[in-house]
Amino acid sequence: MGVVRFTLWLILLIPQLSFANSSLNMRVGVTDISENVYQLHMIIFMICCVIGIIVFGLMFWAIFHHRKSKGVKPAQFHESTKIEILWTAIPFVILIGMAVPATKALIAMEDTSKADLTIKVTGSQWKWHYEYLTYQGKKGDVDFYSIMSTSQDQITNKEGKGEHYLLEVDKPLVIPTDKKVRFLITSDDVIHSWWVPDFAVKKDANPGFINEAWARVNTPGTYRGQCAELCGKDHGFMPVVVVAKKPTEFDAWLIESQKEKQNEAQADQALLSQTLSKEELMTLGQQVYMSSCAACHQPTGLGIPGVFPALKSSPIALGDVNAHIDMVLHGTPGTAMQAFAKQLTLKQLAAIVTYERNAWDNNMGDVVQPSQIKARIGGDE
Amino acid sequence: MNSITQDNESTQEQLDQIKTQEGVSITDHDDTHTEHHHGPEKGIKRWLYTTNHKDIGSMYLVFSLVMFLIGGSMAMVIRAELFQPGLQLVDPHFFNQMTTVHGLIMVFGAVMPAFVGLANWMVPLMIGAPDMALPRMNNWSFWILPFAFAILLGSLFMEGGGPAFGWTFYAPLSTTYSNDNTALFVFAIHIMGMSSIMGAINVIVTIVNMRAPGMTWMKLPLFVWTWLITAFLLIAVMPVLAGTVTMVLTDKYFGTSFFNAMGGGDPVMFQHIFWFFGHPEVYIMILPAFGIVSSIIPAFSRKKLFGYASMVYATASIAFLSFIVWAHHMFTTGMPLAGELFFMYTTMLISVPTGVKVFNWVATMWRGSLSFEVPMLFAIAFVVLFTIGGFSGLMLAITPADFQYHDTYFVVAHFHYVLVTGAIFSIMAGVYYWLPKWTGNMFDIALAKWHFWLSLVSVNVLFFPMHFVGLAGMPRRIPDYALQFADFNAIISIGGFAFGLSQLLFVVVVYKCIKGGDKVPAKVWDAAEGLEWEVDSPAPYHTFETPPKIKN
Repeated sequence: MGVVRFTLWLILLIPQLSFANSSLNMRVGVTDISENVYQLHMIIFMICCVIGIIVFGLMFWAIFHHRKSKGVKPAQFHESTKIEILWTAIPFVILIGMAVPATKALIAMEDTSKADLTIKVTGSQWKWHYEYLTYQGKKGDVDFYSIMSTSQDQITNKEGKGEHYLLEVDKPLVIPTDKKVRFLITSDDVIHSWWVPDFAVKKDANPGFINEAWARVNTPGTYRGQCAELCGKDHGFMPVVVVAKKPTEFDAWLIESQKEKQNEAQADQALLSQTLSKEELMTLGQQVYMSSCAACHQPTGLGIPGVFPALKSSPIALGDVNAHIDMVLHGTPGTAMQAFAKQLTLKQLAAIVTYERNAWDNNMGDVVQPSQIKARIGGDE
Repeated sequence: MNSITQDNESTQEQLDQIKTQEGVSITDHDDTHTEHHHGPEKGIKRWLYTTNHKDIGSMYLVFSLVMFLIGGSMAMVIRAELFQPGLQLVDPHFFNQMTTVHGLIMVFGAVMPAFVGLANWMVPLMIGAPDMALPRMNNWSFWILPFAFAILLGSLFMEGGGPAFGWTFYAPLSTTYSNDNTALFVFAIHIMGMSSIMGAINVIVTIVNMRAPGMTWMKLPLFVWTWLITAFLLIAVMPVLAGTVTMVLTDKYFGTSFFNAMGGGDPVMFQHIFWFFGHPEVYIMILPAFGIVSSIIPAFSRKKLFGYASMVYATASIAFLSFIVWAHHMFTTGMPLAGELFFMYTTMLISVPTGVKVFNWVATMWRGSLSFEVPMLFAIAFVVLFTIGGFSGLMLAITPADFQYHDTYFVVAHFHYVLVTGAIFSIMAGVYYWLPKWTGNMFDIALAKWHFWLSLVSVNVLFFPMHFVGLAGMPRRIPDYALQFADFNAIISIGGFAFGLSQLLFVVVVYKCIKGGDKVPAKVWDAAEGLEWEVDSPAPYHTFETPPKIKN
């Protein structure tokens, strides 16, 4: 295709024209696929521009020169099968020219075979969970939640906004460069969409179904994206942050994370014999409440009437403590109330329940210990 | 009886006028018929009980204007919140209600009723019929609409607010995870659907049965053709929408699991069913626009439409293709490669008949004798800006690139170019074109030109930068955004406010024109063609009681 070659030539020779990596255009990204997609985008864009210039050019020529006010008498020609066939056939040929590279790119994008690392990505309202399933044939054995770390004060303009406002998380996903990383994407509740523009990866997370995508990152760095499918109230506050490390650094990180996970489990075990003070639990409880509960139940504990129930003076928070713990641990299936048993540590769970039973004038006086939480989890198994 | 004699006289005058024209001649048998007619009733009863296509058409148009302003004010809320990063005015839950209801109101309340109103007014006049074929059903299909929108808007005031799941109401966000507004939403959609289906049946029956003798298929004005095809699309897909919302309702309240994986259902199936309705719906909102523009451009180019037959065939092929492209809205949702390729190719194909239309309009203008009255200005803006929307549509068809564009502001820019500068500009072109015929008065041309130029500039300030923020990575339907999008969003919001305010001028122009203005002759625009220009201005309450005869 002459047109394609011409536009490619344009892109190569006049990089300013393409606004690459400016805030005006699609990002070139850091994978071969994303560069390919970018080229495709620019080719189609240029073709559209050329067609637009021709069509609008003719039109504006007519507007300026074929005016009644210039005394032009209208021509009488109309209906020409030849011209009709011509302007049906030419676009058709251009389309074929576009379809060929698009088809090639698509086939490459959909080939998820022979991955070095497989990560399961699970969306839930409004956080991502990453689970390293296999890495070069071995079990990954690391998993964690990734929650937006921008503070409420920044969002409500009480505090200056940081450089990565809304695009920062507590724990980013870490992947190796130069390895094929396969993502298995699913959801625990509504449909989300996992999007990292620099990888040209956007895949919906559908509850009950698993989608596949992959990326082989060429350059180490931090890459930011967002949830792209409307998923409820805090859809805008569900960023994706991926850190790509060189394979050796990644290996070290993975081993470190595996150790950390074991240590956490041990620390949780150790907690079982301890009695934590109410103050400690309340302080931690408030922290965890803000990051895990306040999105729905609101910092005031008042919820949003008709959508999310209030906790202040609620029958759960003022009722049986075990029922309260069960609610936090297992959620209510079929509603937005998630099961937190696997999302939080025993200490955090104990702190949350303590906080909810004592904050906002609930004043139940209960102090829930990690051992109690453990007993409820164990009791159900 | 007096008025009838006057009518007859004026008809006679027209006939004389018409006979002098080239091409068309009409013979009338007015003197042989002695039916008894009623003029319009007085007061509210006229509007409640009317079966007159002109009254019903006017009500549709006024209703859609009111909805346009309500939906527009919701857009103003959205743009005000997005003016700066951070949350300033509304909370995210209310923001989602605004985007959802804005979309629903604009699609079902503003654009569709406006086209039905234009069809009611113009189809009988264009084909030489005395009224719509089913006038009582016509009354009903209008009067259930205000109730539908009262229910929808009322749901905003219930506990927990109105629908907040996007106008596309994807399950399970609209089922398991919504509050009870879903029930009201479903009921409202059902009523809107019934109204649309009845309207469509009426249009088809009217066009098929009530064309004046000699008005053969290939003599139909293009607005009539495009509406006929649109009406078939409506009948084909509105029941699909009704089925979708019913499944949403039973999933939420009656324990079914159509879209719930836990019960063996499939949330992606929702999207397939929804977009099987949704894509033809897009063409329902643009085909009549093609018809309007195809009437206006030849009139002000003083030249016949370049390819009438190919325009008809292009419309029909677009309508056919609209049924086999739906999954291009769902490329990221997870589809087999073969599916992605199929929907990419079919979607790209749509640009061929659409291109034929654009080329035809340009060829019609080429070497014409152009003048730039307000309807023509809107029609030209339509051709240019709709084509820009078409280009971004073609870009969106390319699946690998769509992975980057999908659900970003690039998509928002695309569909606002085709719906605002496409559908709505064409409606405004049509209103300016036919308003003098309806009222008998010329509108305030200076004010109308102000309306055009302000709208043209502001609408581009509003929607063009959306392409950039979308490409740079801003997702749609978010109440707050990262800092790199801040400058463009401020510009977009300013464009939005300017565009919103400009539309108040439109209200003023229309109001003034109804109240009075320079009287216009039957043939308002000197080179306009069609039977509608052969009845008096304002069009009498009853027209073509005996069919005109059309000969070549």
